Amino acid sequence: MPEHTFRVNGEQVTVDVAGDVRLLWVLRDILGITGPKYGCGIDVCKACTSHLNGEAVNPCAIPVRDLRPADEVTTIEGLAATAGGDLHPMQQAWLDHDVAQCGYCQPGQIMAAVALVRRVAAEGRAITDADLDGLRNICRCGTYARIREAIRAGAENMT
Amino acid sequence: MTAIGRRHFLGYVLAAPTLLTAAELGPVAGPGLPSPEITDLLDLNDLMTAAALPTANLISVEVDGDGTVSFALPRAEVGQGITTSTAMLIAEELAVPLERVRVTLADARPELVFNQLTGGSNTTIATYTPIRVAAAVARLRLLEAAAAELGSAVADLTLKAGVISGPGGDGIDIGALAGKAASARTRRVAVELTARESFTVIGRPHNRIDALDAVTGRKKFAMDLDVPDAKPTMVCRPPTINGEVGSVANLAEVRAMPGVTDVVVISTGVAVRAATFGQCVDAVRALRVSWRPGTAEGKSDESVLRELRAAELPLGIRPPTPVVEGAFTFYFRSNSALEPNCAIADVRTGRAEIWSAMKSPIVAQQAIAAKLGLPPGRVTVHVTEGGGSFGRKLFFDAALEAAEVSQRVGKPVKLMWHRADDSRQGRTHPMAISRVRVSYVGDTVLSYKQRHTSVSTDLGHGLGEIITAMAARLPVGDIGFSQTFFQLSQTMPYEFGISSRLLSETDKGFNTGSMRNVYSPDVTCARELIVDQLAARMGKDPRRFRHDFLRDDRSRAVLAKVAEAGEWGRPMPEGTAQGIAFHSEYKAVSAALVEIDCRPETVDRPIRDGVTGPRVTKAVFAVDVGLAVNPRGLEAQMMGGVMDGIALALTSSLHLRDGHFLEASWDNYFYTRQWNTPPDLRIIVMPSTSDRPGGAGELGVAASMAAVACAYGRATGTMPSSFPINHGTLSFTPKPTIPPIPPSPADGLDRARRTKET
Repeated sequence: MPEHTFRVNGEQVTVDVAGDVRLLWVLRDILGITGPKYGCGIDVCKACTSHLNGEAVNPCAIPVRDLRPADEVTTIEGLAATAGGDLHPMQQAWLDHDVAQCGYCQPGQIMAAVALVRRVAAEGRAITDADLDGLRNICRCGTYARIREAIRAGAENMT
Repeated sequence: MTAIGRRHFLGYVLAAPTLLTAAELGPVAGPGLPSPEITDLLDLNDLMTAAALPTANLISVEVDGDGTVSFALPRAEVGQGITTSTAMLIAEELAVPLERVRVTLADARPELVFNQLTGGSNTTIATYTPIRVAAAVARLRLLEAAAAELGSAVADLTLKAGVISGPGGDGIDIGALAGKAASARTRRVAVELTARESFTVIGRPHNRIDALDAVTGRKKFAMDLDVPDAKPTMVCRPPTINGEVGSVANLAEVRAMPGVTDVVVISTGVAVRAATFGQCVDAVRALRVSWRPGTAEGKSDESVLRELRAAELPLGIRPPTPVVEGAFTFYFRSNSALEPNCAIADVRTGRAEIWSAMKSPIVAQQAIAAKLGLPPGRVTVHVTEGGGSFGRKLFFDAALEAAEVSQRVGKPVKLMWHRADDSRQGRTHPMAISRVRVSYVGDTVLSYKQRHTSVSTDLGHGLGEIITAMAARLPVGDIGFSQTFFQLSQTMPYEFGISSRLLSETDKGFNTGSMRNVYSPDVTCARELIVDQLAARMGKDPRRFRHDFLRDDRSRAVLAKVAEAGEWGRPMPEGTAQGIAFHSEYKAVSAALVEIDCRPETVDRPIRDGVTGPRVTKAVFAVDVGLAVNPRGLEAQMMGGVMDGIALALTSSLHLRDGHFLEASWDNYFYTRQWNTPPDLRIIVMPSTSDRPGGAGELGVAASMAAVACAYGRATGTMPSSFPINHGTLSFTPKPTIPPIPPSPADGLDRARRTKET
């Protein structure tokens, strides 16, 4: 089987698996990185949202062969390290607002939130209600209101 | 037995090497005065609490040498926050910091009989006293041990923050006393519980004890567990509901696909085990199966509606007085959680081990043992943390299936349903119709009749067994499970004269179950819409009418609270309106006020692959659960209930066509999304009105759904009668049923570059 090399949470990894296996299953079933969750497998629910080179992606829709050795995949497990602490400011905001209920979607929510804040900051503007309305991540527990509050608070502490 | 006054109870110190204490319950309060309302005598929670009585003394608290306190909760945590509220009860009575309390979920314990079912929003109601008694016994034993150590009288000692201090100020950590406080034999001990006025933990807002694990990705759900050799497994399912495998044309070919280890025909389809779930998806899609018919062959929304109308009980002769009548339709809805049905099973010769989020693990253990041909004692059932339930995890469909596959292939399996499976073959809230007739004269309501007719709700998960066991004691005669459940869960909160509500069920061909709040959202929605009509007939404002007819001050208080906080009656632009509604259940009362925007520019706002529709722009929800153990957790449950209510009223349903549901994706089944969320949401937890907690996990749904429906009616000028209101418009292109699951997309990198989502 072909080998695929890329970076996950700061470490170089090489996996021996068919190239069309989606990154979500490489992370979960082969590498044992279970923070990204399965919720649909068709890039709809966004529960697996992670970062590729700092931008939000959905590993359920990325064949592992699309990754190059220098590509950096960041999952929820590696998020805090990107901010140099035990917790990323967005994770802290999630704790402060006691967002999680069952918690299943929250790794994806947090990764999507961080990417949104970065994108909006790059555009030189503040987060709007329309930005928050545009988040597609499903939360079946209905924590949406606390997610919105936490994103605004977390954005304040992201540099 | 154990209650010796209001706060005095008997508990146990159990024989163990470290301090282990347990508790039994006091007797259930007797029925109140006779009343026309069955729920005044006994409601569903009384029934469940009473059913749990004989075995509650097996709930035990352990103090360990490191100063931590452990408790294995015989319930399922699926997001409702009961591990946190349970830790709070223990922290309160033991006077230890919350961080020192470790609450885990107990494996199936058949000796608990009825006391391991998570449902009916009953956990806190049933466990509030016994957990505190067990913790109080531990506190007393620790104080006695410290007294011996320090040479002081117990009365001179104080236990605070996990440290016992004597008059001289010298302190001993409870961890150092755990062994000394242990008992070599089991003894009965009398304890006094902390007075409500002295609470420092209960009643104050606390964040969830599992929040850090949730936000760091460390929280483990069933599919995250590392059980050796439990490889990913999926099932190729039939194109129609409960169809069966006829034959498979290419078993050998699929067995040879990359990563695939096993392909076997099972009772629900063709199971595939592979190295990764991605390879399971490919193999399921490659299978060529001929299918036999299912249990709903050829059926559609229209045909089920005809069945329901035929099964409807008559309202009787129309009275000579003025009447208000209405008939309402509620389509099938999915109680699918974000974590799909899933389980790990390791079945070996003569034994089996199962891991899954299950709300009825004892029934699961018995059913799995029967399926495998093993004695129940040879089946170990571990209850894992659940990624949501909403009623779905009352059943254990995936665990049963995983056990079957593991036995067939002789290897451990990690079995998961695809989202499309969960939506199309998973359990649903049954389609129902509800007809209401109210007769009145002048300002007096003479009678209220409601005939609720539903596709059968499957209650065969253990709640049914409770009801069977207890039903003979009830003043409702010989009626079945569902009818008993219906009568026990439905209340008439208004002074509406002679009231009767009857349930009729038909058609057992669907996979159904109790969806969050079960019958109440539909029944309450129908009632509250009629209440608005009645108010209009009497020339009264909807809030004023409800205020005048509600039966007690506690109910009127929540109504007044939302009216005040939500500025009821403020001027609203054309096409927008307020709605207000009330619901009581689980020994709690609740009211919702919402504002809705039905103007075309809002309804037609663009969202890719989503239903926009009317937007709830504001929601105010007031709740009185008696005693709120954790107000922050209670607030969270109400928020979720409001989101469910919005979805049920406006957007979320399953469409039945030709024996199958069309929905196969979260972009088909329109649960509330960010773009449907009210920008202005306020939850008000009323000051505690009781020494006893009520139920919370499901409470928020009914009043929310009803308020949205009432607001929609007032904004559009037409009372809605079919729910959700967008059901008539199919807002997506249905995915094929063969193969049963969609392909894994490969354009993730391209899509990520299209950053701006609209």
